[in-house]
Amino acid sequence: MLSSTADHLYWMARSMERAENTARMLDVTYRMSLLKQAVAEPHHEWRAMLSISGLHEDFEARYPAPSADDVTRFMALDQKNPGSIYNSIFTARENARAVRSSITSEMWEALNHTWLEMRNIHAAGIAEDGVSPFFEWVKERSHLSRGITHGTLLRDDTYRFLRLGTFFERADNTARILDVKYHVLLPSLEDVGGAADYYQWGALLRSVSAFESYRKVYRDQITPKRVAELLILRPDMPRSLTACMNEVNRLLQEINGPRANELLRRCGLLHGELCFGSIDDIFVRGLHEYLSEFLERIYKLGDLINTTYFWSTDEWPTALPAAAQSFKMASSGQSMA
Amino acid sequence: MSTAYDEMYAADGSVRENYRSYADWLQATSADVIARKREEADIVFHRVGITFAVYGEDAGQERLIPFDIVPRIIPAHEWQRLADGLRQRVKALNAFLHDIYHDQEILKAGRIPAAQVLGNAQFRQEMIGVAVPEQIYAHIAGVDLVRADHGDERGEYYVLEDNLRTPSGVSYMLEDRKMMMRLFPELFARQGIAPVEHYPDLLLNNLRSVAPGGVNNPNVVLLTPGQFNSAYFEHAFLAQQMGIELVDGNDLFVRNDTVFMRTTQGPRRVDVIYRRIDDDFLDPLAFRKDSMLGVPGLFAAYRAGNVTLANAVGTGIADDKAIYVHVPEMIRFYCGEDPILSNVPTWELSKPKDLQYVLEHLPELVVKEVHGSGGYGMLVGPTASREEIELFRAKIVAKPGGYIAQPTLALSTCPTYVDSGVAPRHIDLRPYVLSGKEITMVPGGLTRVALKEGSLVVNSSQGGGTKDTWVLEN
Repeated sequence: MLSSTADHLYWMARSMERAENTARMLDVTYRMSLLKQAVAEPHHEWRAMLSISGLHEDFEARYPAPSADDVTRFMALDQKNPGSIYNSIFTARENARAVRSSITSEMWEALNHTWLEMRNIHAAGIAEDGVSPFFEWVKERSHLSRGITHGTLLRDDTYRFLRLGTFFERADNTARILDVKYHVLLPSLEDVGGAADYYQWGALLRSVSAFESYRKVYRDQITPKRVAELLILRPDMPRSLTACMNEVNRLLQEINGPRANELLRRCGLLHGELCFGSIDDIFVRGLHEYLSEFLERIYKLGDLINTTYFWSTDEWPTALPAAAQSFKMASSGQSMA
Repeated sequence: MSTAYDEMYAADGSVRENYRSYADWLQATSADVIARKREEADIVFHRVGITFAVYGEDAGQERLIPFDIVPRIIPAHEWQRLADGLRQRVKALNAFLHDIYHDQEILKAGRIPAAQVLGNAQFRQEMIGVAVPEQIYAHIAGVDLVRADHGDERGEYYVLEDNLRTPSGVSYMLEDRKMMMRLFPELFARQGIAPVEHYPDLLLNNLRSVAPGGVNNPNVVLLTPGQFNSAYFEHAFLAQQMGIELVDGNDLFVRNDTVFMRTTQGPRRVDVIYRRIDDDFLDPLAFRKDSMLGVPGLFAAYRAGNVTLANAVGTGIADDKAIYVHVPEMIRFYCGEDPILSNVPTWELSKPKDLQYVLEHLPELVVKEVHGSGGYGMLVGPTASREEIELFRAKIVAKPGGYIAQPTLALSTCPTYVDSGVAPRHIDLRPYVLSGKEITMVPGGLTRVALKEGSLVVNSSQGGGTKDTWVLEN
């Protein structure tokens, strides 16, 4: 497959997954802010939401304070914010357009339709009571894209690069959600176990569609350690880091290639540590330290995917510089690791 | 300008032999059915996305090229003669290109003025002495034919121009046929109509046949300027139909005078490039330095014989309008035959006598810029305003060598659906001639129709539409 084609497929899937995860994070933040419980400072949740995405500086440069309205506008519709849902859908659609002949016509038509509706929503704006329906819509369109891909596309490298993008982005997002909750919302351990704590962990679980799963798996009260275990180590939890890295590892082995050795080695290492990891070890080390390292490692893996498969410099491949990271259509979230 | 030859109706109003079966069917089909089919065609073309991009204010908008459901029907014997003529003409054009980039025998023999060739902006010094496989330069030629009548109801065909650089439009030929078979399958059951659907196979075979020597299973790619080019749909369509990679300049690189494409499994050698990028933009090291579309080092790899470009670099010298007048002479010189297809009588304004005549008869004539194309930069005397004519006169006087003039031909017409019903509209024909180890083509080609009443300009950029073209089998 042409490197540029694989590049477009990968970013098409990543961008759509990013749109979905941004909607999930906004949705949970919105719900949490409605609880109106006592918090140390106003707009606390919204500030946290911005740090999850690494976009707080960008936001602060253009908006006075992280109010619900402004953050929602910034993250959902802002054309100048490369990480907004609007731009994620645009990026997904533009990448799909470039590889239209490689994907099924149903996939193209669904994504094109999503983009056309997104444009209409952007023009009309989102009313206050329309916020949650909008997030629902984004999630549904993302489910639809993934479902059509799964149901119509030949299982070749086209499919693999798309899935690779999906799970890579998802692993990144789950790690961020967990990290920010633990360190921004609850800086002091004394708060652990309070009512606010319960609602916030509950909201977090809901944001990754894991609330019911938690109940099923643990049949017990919500504790940070169990939440972390569920979202990091459980292979049967579809948004957990282990589940995502299971897929990434398998897909990379299938794609393989003459230059994939280092990529496969590093991915296998990370995957193996997750498979045989224990939540006690992780907590001994510190959850934040663990998640930061995880994010750094998958960022490096992303770099390696780039140089292994999407190489776009004139250098002969064996001498590719590690810094060759010219993602053509996705200049956004990568800078935040 | 005499009355136009109509493809369907003779001067006495009777239906011509080749349209008889179609006319019977049309008479038996209700207007409702036709209206519904026309709507269906519109919907399908939109859904499939057979569109071309529009530049300017509406950037990102996509527009359909209008499709007309009345076919242009060519009798078998007529096509046979056209095919023979096209073969002969394209063979001579390729021989000419080889000759002027090597021994220049035709210039030495004084059959074409050397200054007109060597002093032409389209003549590529860089191509002198470069060997190309099979000595073929114009692998894909789109030869524009028109038909005009001289009051004798014979409707003689003329070659209006030879397109030897990157002729486009063949995807419309294929899609128009697909659409007609979808809308009116019964018409294809009524009579034998020569198929055109195998064009992508012929094209791929042709491209493979001109791979550099010693390459067994050549890797053929289609090089596009990118998805913002107006013909991008056609590039993607042809690549998909041939099952080859559609690449842009960033997908390719050159190492040791060899072209490679970047794939997820590492570099893969490229042997034949069907390029839809103009010469000027192919290689910033050899041609325009500001080109972002090309591949640095491509021309050196080409000169070294490690990759084939189709069409070759420098074919513009053979389809330049200043050279056009000499094509009949090329046929005599290289083939030793009389030309089967006629040129349109042409005045060369570099000749004082021709210039004087043309300046005296501007309102009757068509004047064209020698390097222009796409219907831009031309004057159609009979439909131009007085101001337009005077403006053009000044341009001609300032630079006579930059123009040629031709009589305003009454291009043949074909019944066409327009807002007011069915009315005759002027048409032309572009067959696609493929040259490699042998010369091949599918019967017919693309028929373009000028939808504006009285208009003689069929280019899609100027509001032209297309029709399916049938060559009858019998």
